[in-house]
Amino acid sequence: MALDQSFVGRTYPPTAPYEVGREKIREFAEAVGDAHPAYTDPEAAKALGHADVIAPPTFVFSITFKAAGQVIEDPQLGLDYSRVVHGDQKFVYVRPVCAGDRLSVTSTIEAVKSMAGNDILDVRGDVHDESGELVVTAWTKLVARAAEEA
Amino acid sequence: MTAKVSYEAVEVGTELPARTFPVTRATLVQYAGASGDFNPIHWNERFAREVGLPDVIAHGMFTMAEAIRVVTDWAGDPGAVVEYGVRFTKPVVVPDDDKGAQIEVTGKVAALLDDRRVRVDLTVMSDGKKVLGMSRAVVQLA
Repeated sequence: MALDQSFVGRTYPPTAPYEVGREKIREFAEAVGDAHPAYTDPEAAKALGHADVIAPPTFVFSITFKAAGQVIEDPQLGLDYSRVVHGDQKFVYVRPVCAGDRLSVTSTIEAVKSMAGNDILDVRGDVHDESGELVVTAWTKLVARAAEEA
Repeated sequence: MTAKVSYEAVEVGTELPARTFPVTRATLVQYAGASGDFNPIHWNERFAREVGLPDVIAHGMFTMAEAIRVVTDWAGDPGAVVEYGVRFTKPVVVPDDDKGAQIEVTGKVAALLDDRRVRVDLTVMSDGKKVLGMSRAVVQLA
């Protein structure tokens, strides 16, 4: 079933703040096998001009994708999540995510398309810190593959 | 932000040091825990086959995280990455053995931009297939 075009431009309420912890960054860096000291050593991060350890570039996806859950699970939109695959992902950074940040995400539906029976959904997540400054914007393209004929 | 590479030191075509990143089933379990993405296609072979995949596949976001390491290691400061985008074109299939799969990443400077920035285009392969498309980063150089 084609998704409702009227959802384009819809913005969802900002999420409750996610507090970025040093140990969560360390856990993520270890999981991707990245030993860069800026992720685990506050002094090394400060030597590069950062306030505290920074997160690897894709770390913030865990936060923005959880926020996008508001969109994905919106019963009015009617996306069949069991058929969804991740199509594209993009980030534009104002600054790196840093330990101690309290980040809130505002999700907006940028596009809703139907192509060859597939539903395509573009969601933008604007990530702000506690002072309201934009930190990073994430764009996620989700593709719900066409349902097989019954 | 303090990249270790100077804008003057690069030109279009400058190659970044290539890297190969191994990924096993254990890697995927660890990544699932760290990222919170517990989709069973990334750890349950039975489930993966039921939904039409050849085997367990790596998280696309794991592959995306590995690919940018070629850029962050080159730049010296991961905070020098100001844009990063990819298209997920083919899955990285991870067999249940000790070797797993390999993610091979090469990168080169594709464009010189304003404000001492450059665009780096990445090529990301696994098992002879291009697994990420349109894989591009913009980097703030010194």
